[in-house]
Formats: sequence, C-alpha cells, structure tokens
Amino acid sequence: MPANQAALPIDILEQRSHRDARHERLFRWLLKGCALIVLASLLGAAGATLWGGREAFSAFGWHFLVSSAWDPGNDVYGAVVPVYGTIATSLIALLIAVPISFGIAVYLSEVAPAWLRTPVASAIELLAGIPSIIYGMWGLFVFAPFFANHIKPWLTNNLGNKPDDGKLSWVAEHVPFVGKLFGSDYPFGASILVAGIVLAVMIIPFISSVMREVFQTVPTRLKESAYALGSSTWEVSWDIVLPYTRSAVIGGIFLGLGRALGETMAVTFVLGNAMHLSASLLDPGASIASTIANQFSEATGLQKSSLMALAFLLFVVTFVVLLIARLMLRQLARKEGR
Amino acid sequence: MSSPYLRRRITNALAMVMSTLATLVGLAFLAWILWETLRQGISALDLKLFTKITAYGESGGLANAMVGSLIINFIGIAIATPIGVLAGTWLAEYADRTRLGESIRFLNDILLSAPSIVMGLFVYTIIVLPTTVLTHGSTTFSGFAGGVALALIALPVIVRTTDEMLRLVPSTLREAALSLGVPQWKLTLQILIRAARSGIITGVLLALARISGETAPLLFTAFGNNYMAINPIEKMSSLPQIIYQYANDPGDAMHALAWAGAFVITMFVLLLSLASRLILSRTKVSHD
Repeated sequence: MPANQAALPIDILEQRSHRDARHERLFRWLLKGCALIVLASLLGAAGATLWGGREAFSAFGWHFLVSSAWDPGNDVYGAVVPVYGTIATSLIALLIAVPISFGIAVYLSEVAPAWLRTPVASAIELLAGIPSIIYGMWGLFVFAPFFANHIKPWLTNNLGNKPDDGKLSWVAEHVPFVGKLFGSDYPFGASILVAGIVLAVMIIPFISSVMREVFQTVPTRLKESAYALGSSTWEVSWDIVLPYTRSAVIGGIFLGLGRALGETMAVTFVLGNAMHLSASLLDPGASIASTIANQFSEATGLQKSSLMALAFLLFVVTFVVLLIARLMLRQLARKEGR
Repeated sequence: MSSPYLRRRITNALAMVMSTLATLVGLAFLAWILWETLRQGISALDLKLFTKITAYGESGGLANAMVGSLIINFIGIAIATPIGVLAGTWLAEYADRTRLGESIRFLNDILLSAPSIVMGLFVYTIIVLPTTVLTHGSTTFSGFAGGVALALIALPVIVRTTDEMLRLVPSTLREAALSLGVPQWKLTLQILIRAARSGIITGVLLALARISGETAPLLFTAFGNNYMAINPIEKMSSLPQIIYQYANDPGDAMHALAWAGAFVITMFVLLLSLASRLILSRTKVSHD
C-alpha cells in the first residue's frame, strides 16, 4: 500500500484530503445538531408550557399564584391548591425518605458485612426501576386501604381534633396545629399524607444510592484515622463521613425532591383529587401533576391554559431544584479531582 | 466503665440498630410491592389478555394495549437512539471541556429527572395541536406523538450512557487510529462506538425500561383507543394508559385486568434491567 500511495498523482491525494475534511465538517455539524436537540427539548418544554399558559397568565396575572379558587363553572382558576399539594406531599416524602435513606447508606457502607452489601444495594436499586404506575396501583389498592383501616384511626383519635369517639386527646388539646393536621372526617385513605408516604418509598432508592456512592468517595485514611483515635462507627459516619460529603448529600436530597415534585402517576392515584384547601394531612388534595393528568383531556379554553400555566410553574420549580442538586453534586466531584 | 464512654457506646448501638431497621423498611416495601403485583397479577393472568381487545371491557383482554405499547416504545427508541448516541458522542469526543459541551452535559443531567408530564404537554403543543389544525381534526392524538414524547424521556438516558461509555474507551485506541491517518469521523463511527457498543446497548435497554412504564406523557399524546390500532397516525392504546383507566374504574373485574397489565409491565421492566446488567458485567470480564 505505501508504495502505491506514493505513486498516486498529487491531485488525487489532495482531492481525498478535501473530501475527508468535508465529511469531517458534516459529521461535526450532525453531532452538534443532535446535541443541540437536547438543549432544544429543555427550552421547548419551558416555552411550550409558557405559551400555552399565556391566556391564564394574562387573564389572572399575579393573582393566579395567590388564588385558591379552581372553579370551572365560573372559569376562575388559581394555583394555590395544586401548588400546596405538590409542596406538602414532597416535603412529607423528604421527611420520611431522608432519614431512611441515610440509614440505608450508613448500613451499606459501614455496618453490613461485605458479602451482604451488593445484594442489598441491588435490591434497593430495584425499587428505583419499578414504574411509577405500579407504585400508584399499590398505593390505591393496597396501601391506602391499609392506611385507612390501621393507621388513620390511631392518628385521628390520638392526634386529631375530630376523633371518632368525640374525646379530644391531650396532644390535640395542648399542642398547636397538630390537631388540625391530623383531624379529618373523610372516610377513605387517599390523602396528602398517603401520597407523601408513597412518594417517599419512590425516592428512597434515588437518595440512598447517591448517598452510598458519595460515602464511598471518602478517603479510607480519613476514616481509619478516626477509628484509630477510638471513634465508634456512628461517630465516624456522623462526624467524618457526613461533613466530608455534605454538599453531595444535599445534592442527593434535592435530586429526590426534584423527582417527588414532578411525579404524576403514583400521586394521582392516592391523592384523592379534591380541588379545595384543607389544613388536614388526612384530607384529599391535589398536586400540579395530578390536576393536569385528571383534567387536561376534558379541559378547554381558560381551564386548559391554566393547566399549561401550572405545568410551566412545575417545570421552572423542578428545574431550579434539580439545578441546585447537580451543582451540589458537582462540588464533591471537583474535590475528587474528577 | 465511665459514663461518657457508656453513653457513646449506647448511641453507637442505637445508631447501628436504626440503620439496620431503615434498610429492613426499604426492603420490606420492595417485597410488599412486588408481592402484591405478583399475587394479584398472576391470579388475573389469562389467555384472553393476549387475544382480546379492550373494547370488550370486563370480558376483554389487553391485546391492543400491548401492541400499542410495543409500537409506541419502538417509535420512541427508534427516534431517541440515533440522536442520543450522536449527541453523546459529540459530548465525549468533540466538546469535552468546552463551555457549550459542559452546559449541555449539565442540562442533560437535569433533563434526566424532569417531570415527564410536562414533556407530554410539550409534545401535545408541537405535534398534536399542529396535526389537528393541518388535518382539520381528522388526526388529533396519535401513536406517533406518544412515541415522540417517550423519545424525549429516553433521550437523556442514552446521551448520558453513551457519553460515559465513550469516555471509558482508552485514549491509546484513539491515538493509534489517528496516527494511521484515519479521519476523526471514521475513528468515531468505526472504532470508538464499536468499542463502547455493549455499554451503549445497555443505555438503550435502560432507556427502554424507563419509558415502558411511563404513563403521564402518553395521556395527551397517544390518548388511548379501545380498538386495535397499528397505524401510528391513529389514536393508540398502551398498557400504562389502560392500567390508569381500569384502576380508576369501580369494577373489580377491571381492577383484575389492571393488575394483569401491571404484572406484564413489571416483568418486562425487571427482565430489561436484568439483561442490561448481564451485558455490562460480561463486558467487564472480557476487558480484564
């Protein structure tokens, strides 16, 4: 081959290198175009929902954000009920999921015997792979009835301000707010609390796998020094591992929060879909995603536009939460020199 | 034993017990969810699931939903795979450490967990609304629109795995090829993507597992159809959408059908993640 190539006329060689350069340019543009599609889908989703919600924004203005009305009969809509439901369910989910995920991560990185770590970690990750509609069905048919029969009566009787037997408990009488939070005469399980619990089960694998991963980045010599000074396993986890990985742990929590805010199916099944505000966590409510899923196909005009406006709000809020999550996670990666 | 020492030991023992309990709680929920899906799903399994369509209601099956799911998922993967692989290649090979490349990589990570229902509304705006106007209402919701919505959800998964897998390819391979005078596009297509092939396939399988359970983006794009639809410009049913519809129905027979559908989806997703894990572990061995 080399002998042949040397014999080729110079213009053929030049043609060939021109052709290669042209292909190279084309290929580069093709690749860049595909990468820009990723960017376009992000901007497009924000733009499309903003454009779809323009009628609602111009009709209600800022009032849309502070009004708790949702009245298709009079064509008046406000975002407060679904926004409250979204935030309340997500916060409950975090309150439950963060300590459990931290426990799982500590167990898997410090406590469990080595042979048990991989199988348990894969089992927990299996939870992340289950489609959200399965969580929804389990919540609707299994967990919500279980909750209504076994947990809810205890909560309303011992903590709520509307107990079945009419006798106010000490907590409901003396601790502010608690009575309202757990008082309910709604007979079914579907409620903000149940939605929060189902969401918690959904985001535990996300948060715990991030925590476990970042716990493993802690240099062994740091942990061993602490053990050598006589620290207990708990003290190493709490005083050495956690401060070292703090930013990434917060990143993982925000990642879970981002998931919880935008989750549709698991929540729609167990939230009860009531478009009114209630102080009680045991009453049904609505989230942004569940409201859209329930009403969008039948909505027209201003209602449809209001749903689009809700979607825009949801997209912007999740974007900010996930942005914070990724920035926090990147800080640890920097420290690692990656 | 001095009291601070005792207190520390008790705290430690308590923490160990709590962390073990936390793990048991996580595993218990996993077992509970899988057990109910298996129990209720298997007891509802029946041959008519695969032969009859949903138009028969309680005495029908899920055949059209299964076919619809296959078609919509296929469209989604067929759109997302080439775009995702090329975009991931650009991030790893052409734009590593450039400002635009880093920003797109960062935004792609955000897109990974973006709310899927918003993606559904996006596709509703850019495909369902225009086709409705252009065809004067004869084509509104379509299986194709559902496929595009799923493609948008699969895309970031494929971009990310391709990007990561290509960056694992040793740079000596690149240098060897470049020193032989191979143009970079040929190097990328014929050597690098081939070297990272199993990793990229894993990414595609993971993306398929992710989208095959997605419900929210299909509600306003593929919509649903009680009859068998093969043509992607028609409204199309899908398993998750039928599960959603049947689970909200008051009838017990409908619930059984929904459980059967949930069982089929769960098995499909678990098998996919098992397969992708196998592929990945096999490649690791062959590289050693």
